Amino acid sequence: MEMLGTRDVYGKTLVELGRENENIVVLDADLASSTRTSYFAKEFPHRFFNMGVSEQDLIGTAAGLALAGKLPFVSSFAIFLAGKGWEPIRQSICIPNLDVKLVATHGGITVGEDGASHHSTEDFALMRVLPNMTVICPADGVETEKAIREIVKHRGPTYVRLARPKFPVVLDHTYQFQLGRSFTLREGKDLTMIATGIMVYNCLRAAEELDKEGISAAVVNMSTLKPIDVPAIARAARQTGAILTAEEHSVIGGLGSAVAEVVSQNCPVPMKIIGVDDLFGVSGNADKLMEHFRLTYPYIVEGARQLLGMK
Amino acid sequence: MTISLTQEKVKELEKIALQIRRMVVKMVFTAQSGHLGGSLSVAEIISVLYFSELRIDPRNPNWPDRDRLVPSKGHCAPAIYAALALRGFIDPECLTTLRQLDSILQGHPCMTSTPGIDMSTGSLGHGLSIGVGMALGGRLKRSNFLVYVLLGDGELNEGQNWEAAMAATKLSLSNLIAIVDRNRIQLDGPTEEIMPLEPLMEKWKAFNWNTISIDGHSVEEISDSIQWAKENQDRPSVIIANTIKGKGVSFMENTHKWHGRPPTREEYEMAIRELEGEIDE
Ligand SMILES: Cc1ncc(C[n+]2csc(CCOP(=O)(O)OP(=O)(O)O)c2C)c(N)n1
Repeated sequence: MEMLGTRDVYGKTLVELGRENENIVVLDADLASSTRTSYFAKEFPHRFFNMGVSEQDLIGTAAGLALAGKLPFVSSFAIFLAGKGWEPIRQSICIPNLDVKLVATHGGITVGEDGASHHSTEDFALMRVLPNMTVICPADGVETEKAIREIVKHRGPTYVRLARPKFPVVLDHTYQFQLGRSFTLREGKDLTMIATGIMVYNCLRAAEELDKEGISAAVVNMSTLKPIDVPAIARAARQTGAILTAEEHSVIGGLGSAVAEVVSQNCPVPMKIIGVDDLFGVSGNADKLMEHFRLTYPYIVEGARQLLGMK
Repeated sequence: MTISLTQEKVKELEKIALQIRRMVVKMVFTAQSGHLGGSLSVAEIISVLYFSELRIDPRNPNWPDRDRLVPSKGHCAPAIYAALALRGFIDPECLTTLRQLDSILQGHPCMTSTPGIDMSTGSLGHGLSIGVGMALGGRLKRSNFLVYVLLGDGELNEGQNWEAAMAATKLSLSNLIAIVDRNRIQLDGPTEEIMPLEPLMEKWKAFNWNTISIDGHSVEEISDSIQWAKENQDRPSVIIANTIKGKGVSFMENTHKWHGRPPTREEYEMAIRELEGEIDE
């Protein structure tokens, strides 16, 4: 299976965009080698600004650059960008509705060994709740490239969450990313799995397992968490009568919550939210943590069975 | 400044620093994850703190009147874990479990997992404020414990440090001692390229701190400067400890390349040979 690092793809795409659009500037907070903005820094040293370990200043400076007519891409780890930068993002980017692209790497728990301080299981919630903000979490490297290109065309505050490890590629190269539109990877009639990030792949595997049991599960890639694809969710609820969501994020406030907000108010059907329980991360290798936090496909299969019992 | 250590004690502390370095390299190699550069640079500081200065009790890690160490540059956890093992807070056996699932040794210090850790850290820039609160609390409780905060120089980019620096002077926290591991390198490169800090002494002086610059690999200078800080009873003190990132392993010294990557087996063996060689000299 083809594996691609979403952050590696981001770094390369940013260089290409830098060549096409000289208005783009890039800022990082002493993590350029990890977020891969180092590629851009190498090619465009005069359009790259390493602000040091100072995420709040990073956000403010990007806002100022946007006000001066530049198009800033800003990167750090998800917890430091969305977490430490939160109030500056709210005050200086979202309230004035500025065109700043926040691209965070090291989302979720697959950050691994660094542990609780470096994991980010809260960023969807933190970013989603901000008015004017667009929130995206690509399923794989293919989608990362398309999404990063697409957000340049979109005007306004944007948060993209990427990851540390390489992800299996689930989309083919002809895939078109459309902001605010989900993409159905697999049709099904008994339930719909709506997933984001690495969990799209895990849901596809779970769907194969369920298929062996005679359960037909649709799999939808909900890479735009905000604005969320309301018609697609309503359609899924109507057609399959049960919805399971899956995300590498807390079960509180993320994709599951976003989908539940739509389902409960438009098309109530039973739901199951798969994600990280209300706990902080711990150190461990990424694969072991996926298992530890019950995000691997057997837990999705189990969740799907429970859900069908509620139908 | 008074000379505070006997020659015997100097030898002992230097030996412990070397031992800490070997344990750090072994831990990070075994875990295949962790921060070598910034753990090796603080070995003497950690040795002096844990084996000469900190009034702590391994049988009673939560003793309310103990001195505190806030490991604000939390990624130097391996050096602290080595000291905690040598000092009897934790079983040396568990060092091999660093950063693994279910280990008491988390990638960054975690006070709810590891006995002897006074504060959970890992996100940079928080520690000095914590130290201010602890020192203030100590004063309010009329306890005479001291609070040490270990800061990275790159970490000083975070504005919160300077907010805390103002508060510490306002509150005249003479029981607060900050130690800056001035190894001149952060994650992406040299501090003076990424975000220049100089003139660093003058910055702290302008914030009204007692300020001293020392050789951070001299256990005598570390110890003397701590005595000096204790004697200066009017305000908080900061010790700028000039160090070498990756100190002790020639190919890890003075480079950001070894900030956060583990050694291969070959590199590990080379590193241990260098660190063991030093012992025979
Ligand atoms: C808030 C925050 N931002 C970013 C990081 C990632 N990070 C870990 S260490 C480091 C560099 C720190 O440099 P310095 O304080 O000089 O540490 P040392 O060189 O002593 O290891 C960075 C940016 C972090 N841990 N916390």
